[in-house]
Amino acid sequence: MRYAETGFNLEVDLSRGNIEKVESDPKLTELYLGGVGTNAKILWDRVPPEVEPFSPDNLLIFSTGLLGGTLAPGSNRTIISSISPQTNLMGFSMMGGYWAPELKYAGYDRVIVSGKAPDLVYLWINNDKVEIRDASHLKGKSTYETAAIIKEELKEPDAKVLAIGLAGENRVFFSSIESEESSASRLGLGAVMGDKNLKAVVVKGSTDLNIAKPAEFVGECRKVLDYIQYRLDNPIPDVPPILAYIGSPQEMALHDEKWHTISFSWGNANVRRMDFWNDRIAEEWSKTMDQSIQKLIACHNCPVKCRAIIQVPGRQTYVMKCFTKLTYILGAMADDLDFGFDIGSVAQSYGVDGFSAPQVMAFAIELYEAGILTDEDMPGFPSDNKERFYWLLDKMVRREGIGDILADGVYWAARRIGKGAEKYDHNTIKKHEQIPIKLGKLNPLYYLMWATGEKANITQIEGQIPQGPLSKEARAGFVKDWIQLPTGKEEKFKNFILEWGDEGKKFPDWPSPELLCELVDWQETMHYIDDSLGLCAGLSSFPLKPPYHIHNLPLLTSYAAGLDIDEEELWKIATRNRNLVRINNIRRGLRRKDDRPPEDHWKQRLPEYEEKLMDTYYNYRGWNKDGIPTKETLHDLDLDFVYEDFVKRGILKED
Amino acid sequence: MSGEKKKRIIKTIKVDLEKCMGCRTCELVCAAFHSTPKYGTINPARSRIRVFRDTLNNVFLPVRAGAYARAECDGRQTYIINGKEYGECNFCNASCPSREWFKEPDSGLPLKCDMCEDDPDLKQPVCVEWCLVDALTYEEREEEVEEVEKLDELEVGLEALVDKYGLDNIVDTVTRMSISENE
Repeated sequence: MRYAETGFNLEVDLSRGNIEKVESDPKLTELYLGGVGTNAKILWDRVPPEVEPFSPDNLLIFSTGLLGGTLAPGSNRTIISSISPQTNLMGFSMMGGYWAPELKYAGYDRVIVSGKAPDLVYLWINNDKVEIRDASHLKGKSTYETAAIIKEELKEPDAKVLAIGLAGENRVFFSSIESEESSASRLGLGAVMGDKNLKAVVVKGSTDLNIAKPAEFVGECRKVLDYIQYRLDNPIPDVPPILAYIGSPQEMALHDEKWHTISFSWGNANVRRMDFWNDRIAEEWSKTMDQSIQKLIACHNCPVKCRAIIQVPGRQTYVMKCFTKLTYILGAMADDLDFGFDIGSVAQSYGVDGFSAPQVMAFAIELYEAGILTDEDMPGFPSDNKERFYWLLDKMVRREGIGDILADGVYWAARRIGKGAEKYDHNTIKKHEQIPIKLGKLNPLYYLMWATGEKANITQIEGQIPQGPLSKEARAGFVKDWIQLPTGKEEKFKNFILEWGDEGKKFPDWPSPELLCELVDWQETMHYIDDSLGLCAGLSSFPLKPPYHIHNLPLLTSYAAGLDIDEEELWKIATRNRNLVRINNIRRGLRRKDDRPPEDHWKQRLPEYEEKLMDTYYNYRGWNKDGIPTKETLHDLDLDFVYEDFVKRGILKED
Repeated sequence: MSGEKKKRIIKTIKVDLEKCMGCRTCELVCAAFHSTPKYGTINPARSRIRVFRDTLNNVFLPVRAGAYARAECDGRQTYIINGKEYGECNFCNASCPSREWFKEPDSGLPLKCDMCEDDPDLKQPVCVEWCLVDALTYEEREEEVEEVEKLDELEVGLEALVDKYGLDNIVDTVTRMSISENE
């Protein structure tokens, strides 16, 4: 019997209309756990580098994590993997909500979609009954309409729906995959779904998910739940409120947006508005929050309310979380929160990424104002920024006129437009739009995480460590009950916090690049564990002092899945998975030159120091100077098959 | 037995709809607690508490499995919540032929909340214990009630089978099974 996982994949070939339930190899679980790890292995095995993102041979994998659907709080992540049309690298996008657990209850660990349907279809998974159904009546429908129509026609109000909107259908490079409660937004996987003519994946399940050591497992889950309560009751003192809590940043609960609005960049990520937040704005925004938010809600099996049901007059009611509250406002240089909530509804109905879309639109406005784009390119372009945003959004999701170029995102659009537009592309990494923040002095931890992160998204790599030094008074208190520290590193990491910020203990002169690499390794490792187990980073790798950590995760994994995994082994698996995503990307051409932070993320750059950081990090990871894992590293991680492939392709030289 | 007045502890689960946000934790922990071995499987379809959810209309309503009903209701009510109509089946606690809730997915046998009867007694039912947002709270009070003989689980199950297949068929089948077992 298989535990924690079902042991079955659902293979769907849309070209042939073939559906198969295939038993998976338990060895894969021992090596990669599940989620992003196993997805990366499947992509390695089945999607060679010649395969273009919009090829029927590209796979689109909808996966649960190993702990998904169990009693572990927040074990609800849907991990979607494919080749991204924007980066041409492995794209992995994730969402919370309710979909992945339902897939487990239907009896599958993942759905692997290949091929391309001749006409628009949706997939209906009801335990062992799986159908590819006609979706021609859903063409052009919003993500929300699609879910509602499907649930109605199937007479299944409890079914969980993932859907694309117009953006995905038209293969917009930053289109999302939406469920009612959540979005998998990053890296344009909605476009891959659209290319496959797959409008929605619908699931309902009523089969048993087995736990290997029930009494032990439920005991550990309960401890996690109790610690969640403790952290909700005890926010961390001396850090901005946004960092004090667990969960996704509590944007839906927090009314005070001073920190974000004055610290982050507006427009095309290049304007600071230090005096933006005042009493009048505070009062207006508070009023809008209270009027628009119907209720704060959580995801499947989680008590932390990171999301809000948002109702805006005349618009589709929708669920928002986190920073999307501000991204459209910052991009459009708008002052009112009403606008943010209003366009949020439109954007999620079309199904676009709330990080990328506003950046692309702000970029277009800047090009227009610089005379690079003209009225000839954009006939009828409004004069008001907010109206411009609705105008641009509509053009992009329909790929009409200039929208067709912008729909490929800032990097590709800049190169197609030319005339100097490239220099306005300063906030992308690996061709992917980033959070709009520009800072003064380089933070080496963030430098490494931005530059080398395979996810091309900082919020999915950072965590555990404060973003800056704590005040002298706060440090001792912070390290006192820091139970999350990895074994053997306790004193070293505590001392880092205790000394950081003292005279002579400031970046970049201190600490050693080696220690920085260890701190980065910890942060990355915790994320790769979550993304393989299917746990929400908001309870685990993202916040300070999270309920899940390197000491209880091996227990939970072992008890649930019947494996024998200790701290060292779990760390090794996470490292293997981190490298597995890397080697997929290396095979697709990624090299050291691509490992860069957003161009002007920091005002002061230190080229020599940055090179030294990268050398040290590559060395720490066991990669060569070009960022490619060496033969020894691959061998140590049981990835010898990668070495053979790399030699064959001339990526590594044979010893 | 029946007709006699007795002091009894009445166990109540209070549901605060303002606080419920539809996270399904109560469903999962209920299904897991009632599995064999305890917490050995998770399958919300086996849960004795289900959450009616309509996220976009802000409706989240936990319903605890009540008595088995052999037939559908004659005539139904419609509720309007935030301007949207819902049939009363969505909020009903009966295990009944007209919908899937509160039936074992394999056998179709009815499920009923037993307030997590256990040995030793739990402080409160597990759905309450795991609801951190306090949408579910537990209360005990003493009341004088008329004692009615309770049907045990086997009898409730048999009753459902009798309704479905008829008493004669059940007797025949049980006889046949006992013969083949003895052979």
